[in-house]
Amino acid sequence: MSMLAVEIPYWGQSLLRVLGGLAAVLLPAGAIVYLFLFKMMSFMQSRLGPMEAGPFGSLQLVAEVGKWMQKEDLVPEAADKRIFKMAPLVVLLSTFLLVAVVPFGPDAWFTNFSVGVFYGLAVASVSVLGILIAGWASANKYSLLGGLRAAGQLIAYELPMVLATLGVVIQAESMNLQDIVVAQNTGEIFGFGGLGNPFILTQIIGFLIFMIAVQAELSQTPFDMPIAESELVSGYMTEYSGFRFLIFFIAEFATAGVFAMIASVLFLGGWGVPFEWFSWDTIDSVDDWMNVAGPLIMFTKMLALTFIIMWVRFSFPRFREDQLQTFAWKILIPLALANTAITAILKVAF
Amino acid sequence: MTVLSDRQQLSYIASQAADARLNVELETEGMTLNIGPQHPATHGTLRIICRLDGEQVVWAEPSCGYMHRGYEKLTEVRTFPQVTALVNRIDWLGSFANEVPFILAAEKLMEIEAPPRAQVIRTILFELSRIANVSLFLGDLGVQMGAITPVFLAFRDREYVLNLIEGATGGRFHPNFDRIGGLKDDLPKGWIDETRQTVIKLREFCDTIEDLLFGNEIFQSRTRGIGIIPADIAKDYGLSGANLRASGVDYDLRRDQEIAMSWDKVDFKVWTHPDGDSFARCWVRLQETRESCKIVEQLLDQIPAGPVMTKVPRIIKVPEGEAYVSTENPLGEMGYYVVSKGDLGPFRVKIRSASFNNISIVPWALKGVYVPDIITILASLYFILGDIDR
Repeated sequence: MSMLAVEIPYWGQSLLRVLGGLAAVLLPAGAIVYLFLFKMMSFMQSRLGPMEAGPFGSLQLVAEVGKWMQKEDLVPEAADKRIFKMAPLVVLLSTFLLVAVVPFGPDAWFTNFSVGVFYGLAVASVSVLGILIAGWASANKYSLLGGLRAAGQLIAYELPMVLATLGVVIQAESMNLQDIVVAQNTGEIFGFGGLGNPFILTQIIGFLIFMIAVQAELSQTPFDMPIAESELVSGYMTEYSGFRFLIFFIAEFATAGVFAMIASVLFLGGWGVPFEWFSWDTIDSVDDWMNVAGPLIMFTKMLALTFIIMWVRFSFPRFREDQLQTFAWKILIPLALANTAITAILKVAF
Repeated sequence: MTVLSDRQQLSYIASQAADARLNVELETEGMTLNIGPQHPATHGTLRIICRLDGEQVVWAEPSCGYMHRGYEKLTEVRTFPQVTALVNRIDWLGSFANEVPFILAAEKLMEIEAPPRAQVIRTILFELSRIANVSLFLGDLGVQMGAITPVFLAFRDREYVLNLIEGATGGRFHPNFDRIGGLKDDLPKGWIDETRQTVIKLREFCDTIEDLLFGNEIFQSRTRGIGIIPADIAKDYGLSGANLRASGVDYDLRRDQEIAMSWDKVDFKVWTHPDGDSFARCWVRLQETRESCKIVEQLLDQIPAGPVMTKVPRIIKVPEGEAYVSTENPLGEMGYYVVSKGDLGPFRVKIRSASFNNISIVPWALKGVYVPDIITILASLYFILGDIDR
């Protein structure tokens, strides 16, 4: 908040951070749902999608939220009621905790601390708890199967995700997400700085593994065995209705957005443009207008990455549980380990 | 016992291991999972009671009858021409094909035969209803495995076929067009040309599905080697149609029986597949859709001139006797055993519907598989609830 001339009291800063956090989670979620879930999917399937609410159905999401809010908040008789009601909030909580470390500009960040990557990966796994307790507390056999599958899958795919991130951390020599952005935008490819050095070039294997792991962490097709609506009738979400289902729904797409933001920070240069364009050399010399342009750049990159996530989601059938475990443990993790080792060796050698 | 392939042996071993595990002491209690009667994967109200050990099925039993509508009994209080309106609703996706064997059985009892033009048109409509039925299967297959796009393509392209059936018969789902001694009406003007165009679209649809689904590695890993039904087991359980042919049994009533239809006038291939797994069943159906397109195209060129109705009395009384006629319907062999006592209506009708026999293999096929595979195996066996419960 240093860029503002006036000194804002602590409570004011906190309020701004909360509002900013809400915007950073809900705006991408709404954009993803409308652009990809409603429109892109419809065009892929030779139909129009929502057309009535607002121009080109752009207010459909508002209508849907209104519908969900009006629905009865059903809790099954045999459910563990308090835990059952808490579960969607735990899932959404992890999304909000995750967005806290994402930098949106030279000064536009919520928190800026030195182990951002570590923290982000840690809080990302909080959602597993929410899903597991949702599956268990529903007192439904399908939910239980879905919850257990989700737990197994999310834990399995966290490892390749962590290992894929390690390569970036080694290359940037920092766990601070802001430093990672700066390292990419001040970087040079064989002395040419016009593109910066986005880590997707050197860490392409890491990037692919990260995106696959994100797909699995989000339980999107082809890794949607925990939800599997044709088989487990939506798994851990089976018993949820009304606004609790809405929270799960928001969490699903908001997390997709936040993971895409983290991927763009780690691999695509985040909010930044190559610093050589404007002859900046350090983070302090970056002009203030980047605090406005940065979030927009970030949003664009996020949409590009979520486009890939959703494209895969709408085209593929799903893996079986044992097949996706095999894929994680026998292919992704060894590959990620090799990638990390090679990155480390090259880092020391050069 | 035939020689089993490695994959088939593995599936046997898995099921026996699951059996053995339930008998071991200190084993945790299994879970009974009711799939259905309300479940998206059962296409209606089929209930499958599964006993699970973890995610492995150790015992499964289909429980049908939730949608029983008593058609066999209802036919006894209908006149012969009225029965087609009922039997239309047995396999509701390929309804015209349901009418044909019943009408043929009645014609057999009355010792009349439809004129050649009616026979050819009957066969064309029969094959079109097969395409309408199986194209929906091909789309639904993806949905069962999480790929949501193919089903929309299937619904779009099935619409062309339904339009054709509606154009010729006036009914989209329930044509009620077949009559004892021929057909209700002749084809409308321009129908033949439109059918030619549609067949081209349907071939494209088959290619799209093959690219989108059958070529997909995930789809293959979900279906290959899953739910293997060896040929002798398939015969023992009385499977028919694509389920039987996918097990390598070369049996197709269109080719193998003498019947007053026009399949002997065209050149088509009966596809079989040696594997007997889920993939084989899906693949055989895909090829069959293409063959149906081929049959329709050939028959369009050889529709003879003439009437579509032979001379039948205004009030049809079927002479005393018994007749059984079965045809190769979209879901498999469908037959009607008609007993007449010389009245206006049949004395007794026994309907042999394909899906009822096809799901009898479910307890055998589901033993030892994982829960996700239940869905693929059920999807690949392909049943219509109306065809099971009648």
